[in-house]
Parts: sequence; C-alpha cells; structure tokens
Amino acid sequence: MIDTLLALITEPLAHEFMQRALLVSILIGTVCSIFSCFLVLKGWSLMGDAVSHAVLPGLALAFVIGIPLSIGAFIAGLFCALATGYIKDNSRVKEDAVMGIVFSGLFALGLVMLTKIETDVHLLHVLFGNILGISSQDVIEAGTIAILCSLIMLIKRRDFMLYCFDPAHASVIGLRVRFLHFGLLILLALTIVSSLKAAGIILVISMLIAPGATGFMLTKSFDRMLIIAMSVSIFSCITGTLMSFHLDVATAPLIVVIQAALFIMAVFVGRQTQGMKEVSYGT
Amino acid sequence: MSNPIVTIKNLSVTYPNGHHALEDVSVNLKSGSICGLVGVNGAGKSTLFKAMMGFVKPTAGNVSIDGMSVRNALKKNLVSYVPQTEEVDWDFPVLVEDVVMMGRYGHMGFLRRPSKTDHDAVAQALERVNMSEYKKRQIGELSGGQRKRIFVARALAQGGNIILLDEPFTGVDIKTEDSLIDLFQSLVAEGRLILVATHNLGSVPSFCDEVILINKTLLAYGSVETTFTQDNLSKAFGGMLRHHQLIGADLHDDEDARGVTVLTDDERPLVLYGEEGGKKIVRTPKRKKADKT
Repeated sequence: MIDTLLALITEPLAHEFMQRALLVSILIGTVCSIFSCFLVLKGWSLMGDAVSHAVLPGLALAFVIGIPLSIGAFIAGLFCALATGYIKDNSRVKEDAVMGIVFSGLFALGLVMLTKIETDVHLLHVLFGNILGISSQDVIEAGTIAILCSLIMLIKRRDFMLYCFDPAHASVIGLRVRFLHFGLLILLALTIVSSLKAAGIILVISMLIAPGATGFMLTKSFDRMLIIAMSVSIFSCITGTLMSFHLDVATAPLIVVIQAALFIMAVFVGRQTQGMKEVSYGT
Repeated sequence: MSNPIVTIKNLSVTYPNGHHALEDVSVNLKSGSICGLVGVNGAGKSTLFKAMMGFVKPTAGNVSIDGMSVRNALKKNLVSYVPQTEEVDWDFPVLVEDVVMMGRYGHMGFLRRPSKTDHDAVAQALERVNMSEYKKRQIGELSGGQRKRIFVARALAQGGNIILLDEPFTGVDIKTEDSLIDLFQSLVAEGRLILVATHNLGSVPSFCDEVILINKTLLAYGSVETTFTQDNLSKAFGGMLRHHQLIGADLHDDEDARGVTVLTDDERPLVLYGEEGGKKIVRTPKRKKADKT
C-alpha cells in the first residue's frame, strides 16, 4: 500500500524532465502565491492580467533584437503598468478602461508581430506554458528571479502590506509611497517573467490570484494569509505536476484547476466560519 | 514638548488632469488648538490635507511644519492622519493591534520588527481610547465609534503632535461623537494641534477653537467666535444649505426683534440666535462636562 503510494511520487521523478518540472513549479508557485496576497488586497487582479498579456510584444521584439526573451518581456510588462498609470493621471478616463485599452493593444501588437516575424517562439507555449519541455538553463533563470522576488517580498512584507492597506498613512510616517508602488509593479513584472516558460501568460494570472484569494477567505491576519497562500500554492504545484504525469494531461492547467478547486472549497469553509462568528458575536 | 506650527503660504494645487483644487491659501496654525476645516465637497479640504501629508506637490507656494519641509516633518513622525471611515478596507486581514502597530513603523528598523517600546506604545494608545479588550478583533468586527477609535489610537502610538482628522463624525452616534470630542480635547490640552476636515456644521462651535472656511480659495480663517458667522458660512456654502429663519414677529408676541436661524445640510444643524436673525450671536455654548448628565 505504502509502496504504491510512494511509487506515485517516485515513478514520475525517475525522469529528469519531471524533476525539472517539479522544481520550477514549486519555485514559481511560491513567488506567485506571495505576490497574490498583495494583489488581492490591493485590488490589482486586473493589473496582473494586464501586465502578463502585455509581455507578448516584448518577447517578439527581444527575439528580433537578439536579447534574452525575459528582458524583453520584463520591459514590455513594466511599460504596460507605467503607461496605464501615466494615462490615468493625465486624463479623465478611469484606470480600468485605460488598462483594458493598453494591455489588449499591446497583446494584439504582439500577435501581429508574431504572425509577421519568423521566430522560434511558439504561441501556444507562450500562452499556456511548456513546463515539461523546460531546460536546466530555464530552471536556473526562473528560479533566480523567483527566489530573489520572494525574498524581497517576504522581508519587506510589512511595508508593502501597509501600502496596500493605507497608502496615506504610509506616506505620513515617511515611507516612500511611490517607491513602494513602483516596487510592487516591478516585482509583478518579474514574477510574471519568471513564470512565463512554465505557466504561460494566461495561466499565470490564476496562479497570481487564486492562492491569495484562498488565504483571504480563511483567516483574519496577514501573516497567516501569506502562509495559507504559500501552502495552497505549493501543494497544488506538487500534486498537479505528479498527477499530470499519471493522468497524462497538461501540467500547468492541472495545477491551476487544483488551485481553483481549493479556492472554491475555501469559499464554503470561509462562509461557514463566518456564520459561526456572527452567532458568537451576537451573544 | 515642542511647539509645532503649520505655516501654509500662498498654497496652490493643480492636479495633472487640469483640475484646480486650491488657489493661494495662506494660514498659520498654532499648537494646542482644534481647528475646523470647513467647506463643501470638492472645496479642497482633502487636497489641503494631502499637501500637508506630502501626497500632492504644490503648484505654487509651500507648506512648512515646525520650520521644516513636509518631507522632513513626516520623517520625524510629526504628522498623523486619521482616515475617513469610507476610505478604509474593513475586510483587510488585520487585527486592531496590527493597525495601531502601523503607527510605530516609522520608528522601527528596516525589517519593521517591533521592540518593547513599540509594544508599550501600542498598549498605552489602546488603553487611552478604551479599546484594549478589542485588540485581537479583526477591524471589520468593530462598531462605527470603535473603528474611529483605533485609528485615533494609531495616531497616538505614532506620537505625532499634529493630527489630521478627516470627517471624524460620519457614521457615529451622538454619544460616541461626544466621547470622541472629549478625547480630542484632552489631546489638545497636551499641546497637540488637531485639524478636522468636516462638513458637519453644527458640531464645529462645540469643539473647535479656530476654523478655516475654504472653497478653492481661503474664505475666512480665525477663531470660531469671529469667523464662524452666518455671512462667512453663506460664502462657503452658497445655496447648499437648508436655511430656516424665524425673526421677531414670527417668534415673539412682543417687540423683541431677535430671531433664530437654523443652518443645516444633512447633519447636526447650526442654530444662531439674536438680532437680525442671529447674525450677531454666532457661538453656541461650548459643551461642558456638567451639561452632560
């Protein structure tokens, strides 16, 4: 019995590509889940959506110029976030409308470029990731960015949390609010870039939202929300990667399915505990 | 205790989208007083606050706090801000003690790890606003008055001498309003400056010492006795107020020419009584402890 269970884990890991897939999924699962807490609390879900779509023309351009694709993706993603902020501040159009135009415009530009330019960038891989085909080089690159971003966010989590909760107070006690704002945007772009090869620009959006939303449903303290989000995300990444091998289905989508299922479960559990709280509050 | 003085000189603010929020506002605020900042919505009350909080850059003029630039004053934690209830995300996963601890972040090191001094300051601040027993509650589980109190506690824990309060009485009942006013008066007695942005006219004479009336430009500034007059209020609010006047014969059967004027928007009304419909008597008596039984 135990042997069969153990085999479920060891069998996939006998393959090197599965080892790489598991490692990279855990790394990006961690960085995405940490960022998801800030994203959910700041109400930036659409921003995550926007920045990830906007990296597409950056990939195409980077290929043409001959620089690493990640750098192109990072610059394009950040450009989308900054352009959105600039247009919002200097016009009467509301942020969500500006964002909608900027990111779909950039995404479309990327599609146009990819149909015209001969690249070795596969559109399907960019959209949905190719976690099983990931190279050691990719693992090192994604892992370095993911670990760096995770550390920065964990170490400065109180400052970022305060910025999300009450930017006015953050400013009043002398924190540099613009620095925190752009810091978060840069971290968002980097997180997306690190997840690009494994999860793709569509699926990363879910990884950037679901764990934080799950944590938010289940607790009332920020640090606990962070722990729940990370646990849920890493659990999904491990089970998703291993199960995809046995079921012979696509890996990254399965991870996202598990995360979404856990979120739905958290919604029901959260509603029950909330109901209990109201009862005890009333007496 | 130092004597913080806020000097606002010829302050103008125009937002990048072209909206002129403030034009040529100059006031000097002394410590040890409560100053009301009164005007209609969009009159520039929050822009004036934002200028003092380093959130908007003046297009002309400047703000100095205790002789320093706003930026330096903020670094020294001289200014505290108590936000409007509507501005706060009450579902945010923070406990009461977490919020009050945020007041101490400016005193902490790089990692924001609270020291014993920080924990003590938080405990004292919670004690001061009578919220110690609620410290483990999530902020959304509090009543309207309690919600206000924890943000006042955060300002106290921060230790600033200038406290900016944005609409402190919206969504709180009269009893809570009275106890908040008592709290503010005890803070001012210790030499702080409290600046209160409000459109709640009726409460201004009962707790403010000075008042600033603005509508993009400065309309009037001075003590409540001399500044909070019907004429100035008409200038500040134009036709925005409900205005009831009962003069002489409407009110008395004798020759008495005095009358009553009631000015109100949606909150507590301002009642003026005296000759010419109350133009000459402008102050409702400051509430004393003895009045409240």
